[in-house]
Amino acid sequence: MSSRPKLDLRAKSHLSYFAYACHRFSGLLLACFIPLHFLMLSQSLRGASGFERYLGLTDFWVFKFGEWALVILLAIHLVGGIRLIMIEFGPWRGLRKAWTQVAILFGIACGLLFLYLAN
Amino acid sequence: MSNSELKVKVWRGTQEGAFVEYLVPRNPNQTVLDVVTFIQRKLDPTLSYRFACRVGMCGSCAMTVNGVARWTCRTHVSQIVEGDSLEIAPLNNLPVIKDLATDMREFFNKWKGAVGFFKGDATRHDDFARVEPESPERQLANAGIECIGCGVCYSSCEVVQSRPNYLGPAALNRAWTLTNDVRDVQQLDRLRAVAGDEGCHACHTQGSCTERCPKKLEPTASIAGLKKLVARAAVRGSKWGKL
Amino acid sequence: MGQVMSQAVMQAKLWYAQRISAMILGLCVSIHLVIIFYAIRGGLTAEEILGRTQGNIAFAIFYEIFVLACFVHAPIGLANILEETFSKRFISKALSSLLAVLIFILGTTAVIGVYTGGAL
Repeated sequence: MSSRPKLDLRAKSHLSYFAYACHRFSGLLLACFIPLHFLMLSQSLRGASGFERYLGLTDFWVFKFGEWALVILLAIHLVGGIRLIMIEFGPWRGLRKAWTQVAILFGIACGLLFLYLAN
Repeated sequence: MSNSELKVKVWRGTQEGAFVEYLVPRNPNQTVLDVVTFIQRKLDPTLSYRFACRVGMCGSCAMTVNGVARWTCRTHVSQIVEGDSLEIAPLNNLPVIKDLATDMREFFNKWKGAVGFFKGDATRHDDFARVEPESPERQLANAGIECIGCGVCYSSCEVVQSRPNYLGPAALNRAWTLTNDVRDVQQLDRLRAVAGDEGCHACHTQGSCTERCPKKLEPTASIAGLKKLVARAAVRGSKWGKL
Repeated sequence: MGQVMSQAVMQAKLWYAQRISAMILGLCVSIHLVIIFYAIRGGLTAEEILGRTQGNIAFAIFYEIFVLACFVHAPIGLANILEETFSKRFISKALSSLLAVLIFILGTTAVIGVYTGGAL
C-alpha cells in the first residue's frame, strides 16, 4: 500500500519547465552569493592594501570555481529573465523556447569567456 | 519488433493503493482508452474509470499516462509505450475517488471562484449585443474559449500542487476570456477574485499547462494578461473601478 | 474582505515591483558582465578595482542603482520560493526581510567603499 502518485520528473520534462527550474536555481544561488559579494567589496573601506589582503583570501581554487559558476548562473538568470519579461509583457509568441536555448548558449559562452580571460 | 502483449500498470485504490499489472493484447491503432476498457471488460470488472465520447471531444477520459496527463482516447499506445510497458494513473492534483476516477469538484469550484462564468445585463427585450469579431478583446477571448474543462492543465501544474488553493490554469484562462467579454458586468469582482496569492500572480510561467493542453490552448498567455491587468489595477485602478 | 483585498493588492504590487526591478537589473547586469570580463583580464587586484571606481561618481551612481534594484528584486524572489517550500508564512517574511536588509546595508557600504577607497 502506498500513496497515490504525484507529479514527477516525467510531467516536468519539457523545455519551459527546465527554463523555470534553471531560473529559480540560479536566482536562489545568486541571492545567497550577493551579500557575501557586497561584504567583500565593502572591505575596500580599508583602502587598497587592506582590500587586497581580503581579496587574497579568495585565491583558493574553491573560490575561483565559485566565481566561474556564478558568472554562468548570472548569464543564465539574465537571459532567462529577459525571456520571462517577453512572455509576461511582450506580444504573445508562445513559450519563447528559442530564448531558453539562447540562455543556455549564452551561459556556456560566458563560462568559456571567463576561463579564457581569467588567469 | 513488436511484442504481442502490453504490461500495463494501473493505479488501484483511492488516495492509498497500489499499481496492479495487467497483461493486455497489443493491437495496431490501439489507444490507451482501448487498453483501460479491455482491462475492465475482460480482466477486472472492478476497475473504475471515466470516459464518454471516446473521440476527443468531451475530455472525460483524461488520465496520467506514463506520468503525463493526456486524453486517453486520443493517445495511441504506439506513441507513448516504453518497450512494452504502460503506466496509467488518475489525474494528479485531484483527490482520487476510486482507481482512475478523480473528484473534479475542486476543479469546478475554483472555476466559480475565479468568476469564470458569464453575467450580462441585457434581457430578451434588448437588442442583440454588438461585438466586433475583429476587435482586440474578442480576439483575445476567442483564443481561450475552446476549453472543455478536461482538467489536464490543472493536473499538470506544479503550482497547483504546491499551493493547494491556487485557482489553476483552467479557471484563470476562463476568467481571462470573460475579462475580454465586453458584455460581462462582473469585471471588478472577477479582477478581485483572480488577485491575491492564490490568483494569477502565483503562476511561475512553468508552461506545463500550455505544453499539455490537448486543445492547444495557452493558459500561460491568459494568465500573463491577467497578471498585467491586476497589477495595473492594484497600482492605478482599472476601468471598472479600484481593486 | 477588506483585509483579503489589501493582501491581494500587496501581492500584485510586489509582482509589479519585482518585474520592474528585473527590467532595471537586465540593463545593470548586462553592463556589469561586460565590466567583469574587462576586469578579470590578467587577474584582479584591489589597486585595479579602486583605480576604476575611486572618485568615479558615474560608477557609484550606477552601482547604487544596481544595489537598490537587487534590494527589491531578490527578496521578493526568495519570498516566493520560501512560501512554496515552507507552510509557515513568517519564515518567508523573516528570511526575505533579512536578505533585503543585508543587500541594502552591505551593498551601499560596498558602493561607498569602492567610491572612497577607504579615504572617507
